[in-house]
Amino acid sequence: MSTETLEQPVVKAPSESIFSKRRRRFVMDPLDDDNPVTIQVLGICSALAVTVKMEPTLIMSIAVVFVIVFANLIISLIRNLVPGRIRIIVQLGVIATLVTVVSEVLKAYNYPMFKVLGAFVGLIITNCIVMGRLEAFAMGNKAWDSILDGMGSGFGYAWVILAVAFFRELFGSGTVFDFPVFEAIGLPNFPMNGLMVDSIGAFMILGIIIWVQRARNGYVEN
Amino acid sequence: MQRSNTYVLVFTAIMTVVIGGILSFTSQVLAPAQKKSVELDTKQSILGAVMTLEKGDDALAIYSTRIKSMVVDIDGNLIDKNRKGNPIVAEEVNILKNYKMDAGKREYPVYQYMNENDPTQIEAYILPLYGAGLWNAIYGYVALEKDLNTIKGVSFGHVQETPGLGARIDSKEIQVRYQGKTIFDESGNLVSVVMLKGEKKNPSLFGTHEVDGMSGSTLTAKGLNAMVKDYLTCYESFIKKNQHQ
Repeated sequence: MSTETLEQPVVKAPSESIFSKRRRRFVMDPLDDDNPVTIQVLGICSALAVTVKMEPTLIMSIAVVFVIVFANLIISLIRNLVPGRIRIIVQLGVIATLVTVVSEVLKAYNYPMFKVLGAFVGLIITNCIVMGRLEAFAMGNKAWDSILDGMGSGFGYAWVILAVAFFRELFGSGTVFDFPVFEAIGLPNFPMNGLMVDSIGAFMILGIIIWVQRARNGYVEN
Repeated sequence: MQRSNTYVLVFTAIMTVVIGGILSFTSQVLAPAQKKSVELDTKQSILGAVMTLEKGDDALAIYSTRIKSMVVDIDGNLIDKNRKGNPIVAEEVNILKNYKMDAGKREYPVYQYMNENDPTQIEAYILPLYGAGLWNAIYGYVALEKDLNTIKGVSFGHVQETPGLGARIDSKEIQVRYQGKTIFDESGNLVSVVMLKGEKKNPSLFGTHEVDGMSGSTLTAKGLNAMVKDYLTCYESFIKKNQHQ
């Protein structure tokens, strides 16, 4: 019997890389396989309302990403302090505060956009994606994970509404970011499609995006 | 974990104070910038009735050199004090608040567009408008040439008209239709300018008091016509007084 004592290496769990595979999934999944708009079908209301032109859509996307990331972060930081019985109100309070700040900043520094987006910035409060992430993720996860999760859902929402806006503005107004595309490529008489300016156009384009995505991913609703 | 009621109450109280503090701080810090934005926006839309502003134009500078403003009452008399007795500034007159008042009690701003080379010469009078469209408020400015009869230009805005239909009133395409129309008939009666039903897109078909309509938005056009007529009527005394000078 050996008296030699094997030195036990101190098992120190390697600290997880800030972009580990698990964490990358928080950001990547909502962009495609678990997209809040096309798969979870959340946030449709604003996807219809603000997507007539690219510029307001971009501002709206930035606003939503900002609100969702910071709301996730704040809720995650205070998740152990929040009494379970009033957690929804607390979440709502955090979201409403962030949204109000965004709206005030917009009013101060980009008034024309404030007039265009008007009520819709305020309605981010009721965007189901934001509250959904707080309740489903931030209430039970650490701060950094929650930030990543917020970015994932925010960008997942953003690319879909930007795609919708791109086609609506292109075919509805013949422009992209107010740049006259058809005129530039020598088709000044290209007919505009009035349907695209209407919310119906957004439904159609959103439907096509969902169709393409599901055909590609083989996603079936069960 | 079930927390005690006291904990919940204290938590709520703290949260309320923190959120309230953040919001009032934001509001205070941003207030000057917001005021400036609103001012810029108002001046841009006033100028929009007489000129097309390009991106990069300094609207505030143009405004301060070209516009001389004043306020009149329903009888066309100049007023220099507001209801509180303070000196009145035309740009600060809230058109919406006045719209809700009795026509006789309103303050009516007049923005005089001065000649570029001779700043004592009035080139146009710009008058504000406010009314109801189909879904919500519509507003704008009408600029009259110095004969106070011919329309030099208009700019319209809306809160919530149907996109692609009534909402087109804020496009240049619609607004140029008003240029050169007259608001008085031969015998000097105020007839205003009326947007007709349907859209023919042929300017030669319309008389001097009519403009082409917008297809699919008869009700917005109705509101628009009422707004233009109402406000021109309110300014009629002022117009008549200054026409004969």
